[in-house]
Formats: sequence, C-alpha cells, structure tokens
Amino acid sequence: MADLTTFTITEAREKLQAGDITLRDLVQAYAKQIEEHNEEINAYVFLDIESALEQADEIQKKIENGTAGRLAGAIMGIKDVICERGKPTTCASNILENFESVYDATVIERLKAEDAVFLGRLNMDEFAMGSTNEYSRYGAARNPHDTTKVTGGSSGGSAAAVAGTMANATLGSDTGGSIRQPASYCGVVGLKPTYGRVSRYGLVAYASSFDSIGPLAHSVEDVANVLQVIAGFDDRDNTSSQVPCDDYVEVVKNPNKKIRIGVPEEFFGEGLDEEISASLKDVIKKLEAEGAELVPVELPHTKYGLATYYILATAEASSNLARFDGIRYGHRADKDQMLDELKAEENALKEAIKNADDEEKADLENQLARLDAPLARLYKKSRTEGFGNEVKRRIMLGTYVLSAGYYDAYYGKAQRVRRLIKEDYSKAFEKVDVIVTPTAPTTAFDIGSNLNDPVQMYLNDAYTITANLAGICGISVPVGKHSNGLPVGIQFLGDTFQESKVLNAARLVELLG
Amino acid sequence: MSTIAHERFEAVIGLEVHAQLLTKSKAFAPVPPIYGEAPNTMVTPLCLGHPGTLPVVNENLVRYIIKMGLATNCQIAPKSIFARKNYFYPDLPKGYQISQFETPICHDGFVDIELEEYDKRIGVTRIHMEEDAGKSIHDQDPYNTLVDLNRAGTPLIEIVSEPDLRTPQEAYAYLTKIKQIVQYLEICDGNMEEGSLRCDANVSVRPRGQKEFGTRTELKNMNSFRNVEKAIEYEIYRQIELIEGGGTVVQQTRLWDTSKMQSRPMRSKEEAHDYRYFPEPDLPPIIVSDEMKEEIRAELPELADVRQKRFVSEYGMSEDDAKTLTEDKYLADFFEREIGDYPNPLDISNFIKTHVLRTLNEDKKHISEVNLPTGSVQAIVSLNGKNEISSSNAVKLYDEIYDSFNNFQNVLPDQDFVTGNITFLKGNLDTNPESVSNFVPINTSIPDYSVRINTDLPDNTLVYLPVLEYSSAKGLAEKLNLIQVSDSGFLEELVDEIIANNPDEVERYRGGKKQLMGFFVGQAMKASKGKANPKMVTQMVAKKLEG
Repeated sequence: MADLTTFTITEAREKLQAGDITLRDLVQAYAKQIEEHNEEINAYVFLDIESALEQADEIQKKIENGTAGRLAGAIMGIKDVICERGKPTTCASNILENFESVYDATVIERLKAEDAVFLGRLNMDEFAMGSTNEYSRYGAARNPHDTTKVTGGSSGGSAAAVAGTMANATLGSDTGGSIRQPASYCGVVGLKPTYGRVSRYGLVAYASSFDSIGPLAHSVEDVANVLQVIAGFDDRDNTSSQVPCDDYVEVVKNPNKKIRIGVPEEFFGEGLDEEISASLKDVIKKLEAEGAELVPVELPHTKYGLATYYILATAEASSNLARFDGIRYGHRADKDQMLDELKAEENALKEAIKNADDEEKADLENQLARLDAPLARLYKKSRTEGFGNEVKRRIMLGTYVLSAGYYDAYYGKAQRVRRLIKEDYSKAFEKVDVIVTPTAPTTAFDIGSNLNDPVQMYLNDAYTITANLAGICGISVPVGKHSNGLPVGIQFLGDTFQESKVLNAARLVELLG
Repeated sequence: MSTIAHERFEAVIGLEVHAQLLTKSKAFAPVPPIYGEAPNTMVTPLCLGHPGTLPVVNENLVRYIIKMGLATNCQIAPKSIFARKNYFYPDLPKGYQISQFETPICHDGFVDIELEEYDKRIGVTRIHMEEDAGKSIHDQDPYNTLVDLNRAGTPLIEIVSEPDLRTPQEAYAYLTKIKQIVQYLEICDGNMEEGSLRCDANVSVRPRGQKEFGTRTELKNMNSFRNVEKAIEYEIYRQIELIEGGGTVVQQTRLWDTSKMQSRPMRSKEEAHDYRYFPEPDLPPIIVSDEMKEEIRAELPELADVRQKRFVSEYGMSEDDAKTLTEDKYLADFFEREIGDYPNPLDISNFIKTHVLRTLNEDKKHISEVNLPTGSVQAIVSLNGKNEISSSNAVKLYDEIYDSFNNFQNVLPDQDFVTGNITFLKGNLDTNPESVSNFVPINTSIPDYSVRINTDLPDNTLVYLPVLEYSSAKGLAEKLNLIQVSDSGFLEELVDEIIANNPDEVERYRGGKKQLMGFFVGQAMKASKGKANPKMVTQMVAKKLEG
C-alpha cells in the first residue's frame, strides 16, 4: 500500500470506510512522518499525538457504525494563531510564551464536530506578520521542496505541513496573502475565503478587517470539504455573514469549464519572474482551449494596494496587540530588575544635573521629569522583550498613522483608497466569474535573503494583498514546477461569497494535470 | 455661597454624564453586569482581553440609548459606528475601550430644566455608548494594585451637554433632570453614590458680555449631586479669583476632594493622552431604521412632566403634590400601585407624602429599596377612612408593617446584595431559624420593584424574612389591637371615669373654657391606647358636661 500520508482526505476516507485502514493507522503514519522530518522542516511547534490517537479511536467507532462526520479522515495541524482549548496559543511570539487558550475557536468546534483529528500547532510568522515564516520565536519553517528555501508566510508551517505530508489538511490565516503565498511556494492548494465567510472568533487578531481563516490541502476537493465545515454564520462574530453557503464539494466534483476568466494586465508586468509568467499564460491558454472565455479586466488602483494595506493593517494591529501587556497573561518583564534600572537612570540623571551647565541642565531636568512611571516602564519593558522586530515595526507604524494630526493624511486617505480598490473589483466581477493572477512574483527564495529588507519582503504580497483590501476570496493552486525545481502557483480571485467560482476554476487547473 | 451672581463674570458650564445601563448582560459579552460579586468572577475571556475574543453588540444597549435619545429630543443617526479609544491601563484589558467618536448615535437634542425663578432649555450635544473599564484597587494591598474586571465591559452611555449652563444650580437641576429621565426610562438606576451615574464638568468663566469662552478646566471625581454643585461653585470662584489676581486659567483636569471640599489638578502625566480613535473593525455600523426608531418611540413610558400634569387632572392633586410624587418615578409608581380602586386618591397621596416619605427619610432609603406589601398603604388609609382605626393608630399600623418588612438585617447577612425576585414567606426566623422548610408562602410578593437579597443564593431562591404573620393590614390591626372602639357602652364608662377623675378640668370647662375638650379626648385616647373613636368621645363629653 502506498504511503498513507500522501492520501488526500477523500482517498483516506474511502480506505477508512472500506476498512482497509483504521484512523489509528493513519494518525500513526503522520506521527512517523513528523518524527522523521519535522525537526528539519520545523512546521509543527507543538505536538499532541497522544490525544490525536485517542480522538482517532473514538472516531474509528463512529466510522464503523456509520455515524462519522464528513471530515473523518482529515488529519490536521492548526496554525498557532487559532485558539484550541488547553493547547499553547503563542502566535510564535515570546510575549505569549506558555500561554494556553481557555476556549476553542469556532472553526475548531466545527472541525471537531465533523470528526477532524488535530496533531498539533503550526509554525508561522509572529502574529502572522511576515511573508517568509522567518519571524518566529521557533525559527524559520523550511520548504519541503528545498530546505534552504523559505516556506513563505505567514502560514508557513501550515503550507509546509501539507507539502511535507505531515497533515492532509491544515488551517492558516490570510491577512494579506498569508495562506495563498506559502501555498504557492510549497506547492499546495490554499484558499482565502471572503471576509465574513468564516468566523474569526478564536483567531488572534492581526488586522481585524482583513483577517480570514482558510484551509490548505493537497487537493481542491479537500479544501472545499474543509471550507464547507468551517464556513457559515457565527453569532459570536458580528462581522460574520448570514449569506448562505454553497455546496462547495458538489461544485468541485462537477466543475463548469465554460467560465469567464478576467485577465488583468497589471498583474503580469514588471517584477514577475518571466518563467512563471510564461507558464501561467500557458495554463490560461489551456483553460481557454477547454472552453473558458478570457476577458481583459482593469484594476487600476492595484498599485496603491501595498501602501494602503500597510497603513490600515498596521493601524488595526497597533490596537489589537495592545492587550499583550504582561498584566493578565503572557510575558512580563522582571519587576525588581525594572525598578532597579529605573532607579539607576534616575540617579544618573540627578548626578548629571549636579555637574551640568545651565544649558544642559534644563534638558536633563526635562528628561528627569519625563522619566517613566514604574507602570509605564513595566509595559515598555515587557513589550520590548516580548515582541520581535517585525511586530514592533508594524506596531510603531500603526501607532504613527493613527496619531493626532496624522490620522486624516494616512488612515483616512488609505480608507478612501481601499474603497476604490473594492470598486475596481466590483466592476471587474460584473464581467467575469474569476480573475486570474500569479500568486507570487517568484518561487520560494533563500532563507535569510530578505531579512534585512522588509520592503522587499512586502513586495511578495503584491498580488495577494488587494483581495484582503477588497474582502473578496482567492485561491492558489499549483501549476507544476519552475526550472529551479520549486513549485509555482496560480491565483484565482472571486467576488465576495463566490468561493464556488474560485474552487471551480482551481479544479479546472487541477484537471489539466 | 448659595448663588453665583458675580457682577463682572459669568460661568460657562457643560456636563458629561455617564450612566450605567441596566441591561441584563454586558455591552459586548454574554455575562451579567453584576456588582459585589467576588472579584474577577463575572467575566468571559473577552472581559479578560484574551486573544482571539470578539465583541458582540448587546441589542438592548442600542435600544436603551435610542430611548434616551428620544426622551431628550435628539436626532437619531440612521448609521453610526463604534470606535476604539486606545490607552494602556491595567484595568483596561484589551488596551482600548469600545466607544463612539465621530458619529454618536444620538445628537442635537435638549432637555428643559426648572429652577425656582425661571425655566431653561439646555442643549444635548450628543449621547454615545461605550463600555466601562475594570476597577483598580490601590488601597487593599500595601505593595500591589489589585484589578477587578467584573465591571469591565459594563454598558455606559455618555450624555454631553452644550455649554449652556451658567450656574451651579442650573448644573444641579440639569443633572437631576437627566437622572429623572434615565429612571423613568428604566435604563439606569441613577445612583450617583454607587457610581451608576457619574458626572464630569467643564467649567470656564468670562467677563459678562464677552462672547468667547474662557479657558476651561475639567472637573472629575464628584460622587454626589451636591458635590457636583459644590465643586462647580468652588471652581468658578477659583477661576475668578485667579483672573482678578492677574493670573490665567490653565487648561487642566482637576479632581474634586470631598473631604477637603476643594479640587486639585491631576498630574500632567495622568492626562495628555492621544487616544488614537479609529473605527472599531470588529463591529459593523449600527443601522437604525425609521421603523425601529418609531417602534422604540411607541414603547417610551410616560415621562415625569406628562405624569405630573396627569396627576393634577386625573386625581385633582395640587401642582406641588403632583411634582413631589412624580419627581421620582418609583414613588409615582408606588402611589399608583396603592390607589387601586380606592375612591379617594388624595388620602393615599397625603399618607405617602407624610408617612412613607418620613420613614424613607429616617432610614435614608429610596422607595425602591423598601418592601411594602402591595395594597398595604391603601388598606391602612381605608381603615382610617372608615373609622375602623384612628389616625394615630393608622400611623402605628403603618410603622409596624414597615418595620417588619424592612428591618431584618439581623437575619440576612449584612453583606453583598443584589436585586432579584423574592417571595415572602410567613414565619419568624428569630424564633425558629431552623424550620424554614415548614414555612409556607403567603401571597405577598413584590413584583413591582426589586428587593435586595443575599447574593450567595442562587437565582429565584426563596428568602425567609422575619415578617409578622401578615395576611392583611386589617388582620394585623386586629392582632395588634388597634381597631377603633365605637362601642357606646364601653366609651360611656371611659368618659364617666375621666370626668370623675378630673373635677378641676370639668369645673373650668363648665366655666367656659371650651378648649379643654382636647384634654378630655386626649385622656380617652390615652386610656384606650388610641382605640377610642375620638368623634364619639367628643360628642359624649359635650353631652355629659353641657346637657
């Protein structure tokens, strides 16, 4: 029998139902794979195989008496930003070192109810801020196709776990491309649902008006299956939508080939790797040959996407991350050490004032007067120690753009641009079912190569980020390999609540083989 | 210092009133906003600011604030949004407070206030909703500040007035009016001492005739209506003295110190916030349709002004009495509850004004805090009206009922109380504390308003009170031997005895000193322990001494 870990959920389910394998066999196969490869890939940051086995035995009984849920056979890992009761939820940050969630996210509840099994928690960029999974307290996750390359991010662990056959499906979160870009780099399918389609209750917020939870898996059908379970209204999230869900799995089983595909010039120009460009155009041609209609579309405000995103998302982040203050949970700086330092600074200033000339004196006295109160210093020190550099960078950026006097120039203007980007998409979707774009400008690059240039890193999200600004859905599906041996992905964007359409298009690509 | 009538300066005052709403759960979390519970027990992960939690708007919060907006003649915004107010403090678990900033749900309204010599219309700039923070406790541990997050997330509305107020008395009248409205709407209990109503004041002074406002200061920490008045008065004089002495007023926040009866500036570090307001991304805009607005308008209760007029027209009450009774919604409710089908409502209103208000004053209690069985005041007034008990025994009977239903501190532990439903059971725990299971309920519940019960008890627990065996006022009057005696045989004997024992007074009465009648009746009342029918005694004495 083939290695169980290469099965899709659909395949595993057939074998389980036929009685060829048990769920325990399946979990053990993944456990073995993890044992052999996780140290190198670094996808999982916390494992609980024992309770996965217990879960498996419970569900096995249901399989045998025919009452198993629709995800019996899904062996999953969860990005460390989605709360699971009693398990660490650290968001790959030192500030949440040792933090365990006291409740289950809605998506976890729903997956459990349909008998998915959870193996553990997956690596990510700290608080989902990053495009490489290098900004993690656990170190970088490595691309299973070439372990010197990044996985992409921020859901790097989620993509690598599937690509490395350490799970047959995972959950990630996508704020600016964080599911689709690593899916592309790691050669798996990754879906970002419409904003409001999947409840955010239990997703640790990075940028609340952008964040979406979505699935990653080997096949479009598996992604559809997981989406079917996690999607739908939740009264614990006021931004979740009451729009009814389609039957996503049915759509994938019988895809429609006569779809209208929008092709935006802006996404195939400068900055895109030529080989990727050529192979995507090849795929698009094949889809046309199969019956699709290609329609040129314009998305003129795309060029403002990155700037708009980095103003609005960081503004929300600066507020969302304020709760990590070391007061109620998480990392708190050593109080005695902090008080000693403060005292030493005070004494040093007083000493300096004694010896200062008049001009210096005023300045030093001002410094003394403005010395932190112990509480303020405790906040500063706890957060300085707890957050990594990329997170600090975004908190500072967000704090700045919301400051009195700058709000209108930055936040206010960015909100208006966001509306224009939304309108671009609304207009385009009047003519087409989906819009096709590259997922990322390049294939996965060397670990460490972008670390000193955040703006270069931000550019990796250029093709994915506008979907989050517009709140629409998108999927990345593999289209084979680059001559450098690394996977290439293609992205389909769909209008709000048109997950069926992007799944349909992605399935057509899959069928091209 | 009673009035501010400074010759050269006038004050400009605006009030910001926070009212804690009586919703059944917190603003954004499904947990009751109950006080007095053990610290940090009335909390959800959201109240603790746990990662991944999301606020969910309590619909009643929106309905309550719209009620307030309509009652203060405000415009109701068809679309308004929540905003985050960002700052760090240990009792603010999320690092921001959900509030409203640019688009309050209610705006541009007014209330009319009455002062002794004039009436005045005061503009209401805006009313918005927000959540409360937790409580920092600085004085219970010598080394640490303790934080209780039970209050975190409690719904508040903030009512901001226009700077239309000119004297501390106007401010007092305005605040009283706001309290009356929230009580009539039943959206807030209006208790300033307990913090369910809080008030900050912006105060400036300017030379009379000048249009521009002077530099203002903000007064905080005034925890009673009188303190608001006094703090504003103090601040006005402080600013005038400062200016007259050649100084300038500095814009600052000042804290009122009740014990010293003066204010002090807050340290500059305590203010100077940039709150970085921005739209709350976790909550969609609040949309108020015309239908919803009209539906809420239709549900608005009769407010005090209308009720006062109705009391005059319906019951024939004097303007003053109607005002006294309607000023406080709960008192007006109590009055109307007691009237029932009694033909002479004024007897009831007089009894309430004289005796019920007396006991409330003596005990320093609010009408909503005391228990008087439904119909008991009517029954007392009725017994007296039918001459079955004397006026003095009517008072005695009332006092007896009041005491037995309200003075039971010795039985219920004198600790944390909450409001809840309560069923009265007959029996006396003083004499038989163990036998609660033998007690049977008598049909005396107090559904009209809440009663304080012990919080340690689960919901709907029966609470056993040391009440008298009370089934009706009349039964109790009989049991206490208060029924007026009109039996002429008994009264004859009594009158004869008094005449025999007081020959001097009899002589003087016969000599023309008719005022002595009061003396004879008094003696009869004393000898009969108040039960003798005074009218009959008067007639008998007159007949015997003059006939």
